[in-house]
Amino acid sequence: MSPIDEKSLKAALNGAGGGLDLEQAKAGLLARAEGEGLIDVAYTTVDSPFGEMLVAGTDRGIIRVAFPHRKGTGTRDWEKLLTEISEVVSPRIMEAPARLDPVRRELDAYFEGKLRDFSVPLDWRLTKGFQGKAIHQIARIPYGKTISYRDLAARAGSPRAFRAVGTACGANPLPPIVPCHRVLPASGGIGNYGGGPEMKRALLELEGALPEDQ
Amino acid sequence: MTQRTATLPPFQDLLDEHGRDVLGFLVASVGPHDAEDCFQETFIAALRAYPKLKHGDNLRSWLLTIAHRKAIDHHRAGARAARPSGSAEEVGGGLAVEDGSLAAVGEEGEVWTMVSVLPPKQRSAVVLRFATDMAYGQIGEMLDCSEEAARRSVHEGLKKLRGELA
Repeated sequence: MSPIDEKSLKAALNGAGGGLDLEQAKAGLLARAEGEGLIDVAYTTVDSPFGEMLVAGTDRGIIRVAFPHRKGTGTRDWEKLLTEISEVVSPRIMEAPARLDPVRRELDAYFEGKLRDFSVPLDWRLTKGFQGKAIHQIARIPYGKTISYRDLAARAGSPRAFRAVGTACGANPLPPIVPCHRVLPASGGIGNYGGGPEMKRALLELEGALPEDQ
Repeated sequence: MTQRTATLPPFQDLLDEHGRDVLGFLVASVGPHDAEDCFQETFIAALRAYPKLKHGDNLRSWLLTIAHRKAIDHHRAGARAARPSGSAEEVGGGLAVEDGSLAAVGEEGEVWTMVSVLPPKQRSAVVLRFATDMAYGQIGEMLDCSEEAARRSVHEGLKKLRGELA
């Protein structure tokens, strides 16, 4: 063997890790972290007819569902969401798909039109104030029914706050489990939606609740 | 919740961004046979401590510091279990030779075998310098010595390696 120089040493030591399977080491770590109860927030991606969605859960329930990325937005969006959860709940956030299998199954069934009511527990810690009130009211709108922003504002206790209701819909951390797609403008039309108006229309159609003029 | 200056990134980011370096460091310092175990020990310890961190600066060297500690624990445990009277050098060499798979790793494995018989401080310094590209100042912090001493340890280690491998 030739005399060792810094370059070959570097190559050899860097190559040292390559012999071991990093993915296997990570999988072992995940299992151990789960076993020792060290994962405060688990997240994974879930396929939907509209694209890949992000789902995150805590020991209390599902805390965040995020829409598929739309044109012009990058994965940074999801990073931002996870960072927000880090701030509110805990930075012990790991990609742990198995823990989220129940919600994955329910979302699949919902998008196939086979499930009307979600039964997974929810963690409401990302909602607060009037927005929180409005979001709790939205959660009570039954499958296949719609309501106007104005009526929802009244139900949330502030009849004139329909603009704030619109903002609350936009900030809904749990779509489509909390069905903000069922809230429509009183003046007609489909209104805004975090996942885009096409997705809102498709969900209402799926539920047989699309207004006739649409 | 603990007051801190900035939000900590999700722990998964640490694993994705620095997992390879940590594993590389551990393979180089405890050998391929025990690296995975030390890797888990390292990240479990990090996960336990993570929410209490005051800030998210230098997470990579924070992780490598923990990995370094785990590697030392490992060498000590090995020393106690395998040969209570052996010197650190012998223990390191023993670990390397006991693992038969190393013989088949070829030149890279040979380099590791040589590195593993260096005295612990030189071995750590060399591995940190060449497996993780760490600056001498940081190596000094991790090994609890001055930047100059860290530079010297790397230099001494290299000199030995040159002698043995030539």
